[in-house]
Amino acid sequence: MSAIVLVVALWIVQGALAAAMCLCVLRMIQGPRAQDRILALDALYICAMLQLVAFGVRSGSTIYFEAALIIGMLGFVATVSLAKFLMRGEVIE
Amino acid sequence: MTFDLADVPLWAAILGSIFMVIGALLTLVGAIGLVRLPTFYERIHAPTLGTSWGTGGMILGSMIIFTATTARPVLHEILIAIFVTLTTPVTLMMLGRSALYRDRSEGNPEVPPEPNIKDAVDVKSGD
Amino acid sequence: MTAIFTYPLLALGLVVMWLLLAGFTLGQFVVAIGVAILATEGLKALGETSPRIRRWLAIPELAGLVFRDVLWSNIAVTRITLSQKATKGHSGFLTIPVRLRNPSGLAVLAIVLTSTPGTAWLDYNSTQGAIIIHVLDLDDAETLLDLIANRYERLLMEIFE
Repeated sequence: MSAIVLVVALWIVQGALAAAMCLCVLRMIQGPRAQDRILALDALYICAMLQLVAFGVRSGSTIYFEAALIIGMLGFVATVSLAKFLMRGEVIE
Repeated sequence: MTFDLADVPLWAAILGSIFMVIGALLTLVGAIGLVRLPTFYERIHAPTLGTSWGTGGMILGSMIIFTATTARPVLHEILIAIFVTLTTPVTLMMLGRSALYRDRSEGNPEVPPEPNIKDAVDVKSGD
Repeated sequence: MTAIFTYPLLALGLVVMWLLLAGFTLGQFVVAIGVAILATEGLKALGETSPRIRRWLAIPELAGLVFRDVLWSNIAVTRITLSQKATKGHSGFLTIPVRLRNPSGLAVLAIVLTSTPGTAWLDYNSTQGAIIIHVLDLDDAETLLDLIANRYERLLMEIFE
């Protein structure tokens, strides 16, 4: 019984997160400016991290949490450095 | 540490599922906002839905399921929640500042002008 | 405590994080203490001053207030995003003067405002002591100004100044 509940819930969760990732990619393609694309990348990282948490529950294994933490950290560093580049890149131009 | 989905107690499965579905749907709403909202400064609000209660709901749901199934507190997911809560504002602030800087250097009239030491109002009326 | 650890909060946070990731055993606790000492020594070389907390009791109050506001603004932003009109002309910039001067207090205020959906911190001007935020729904601007000035700022000044 609880397996059915969890499987249905995880279908909804992973479907919603996958749709969210598609929407982020759409915004990343549309732009229109660099800051919009970086914002979409940040949201994409968060969705990927939550997707890993859902995978962890589905497989019943805690190993995915470390992976989720690392994805979160990579997303943070990537977005900060890209935002920094936006400011400095303009100065050089 | 692994378990089968059938080992999860029913109450934990239902409660955890509710929290996870709420979290995932909030993240989806945030992504919809990212696509629907018209300007960058409005779009910057959208991902915070996913990072505040979106992440919180998912983490809470998975904590409930793991704790109830393994019969001992599984708390390290809370690190993800703390980490995301602390880092997202930093990235959004930097992104907002760089966007403001770019818009100001292009002379975009929709953003508040650079505060002048003499008088910020003068600059605004000069636009 | 402060004699050994220049940054007691950072050291405590590192120990708790290490134990959560590696498991609660005596051996890991010793390693965690070692890591905390190394990290605080490293930060000491950078010469940052540790924020001094004046009133611990205000922290749970602030946390509860932020928790409640984040919950409500989640609902509000969800409604705005999904509604048909989608913020036509309702969003805008606000320049708010703040009395808070402590860097740690300002950092916490920035994190709170940005992580709340519906408000985003954009800039702080230290000569004028004013912050620029972007608000998704300007109809509630009065409530928001009142919230920032009378609740967040007052609590943060109690904690840090």
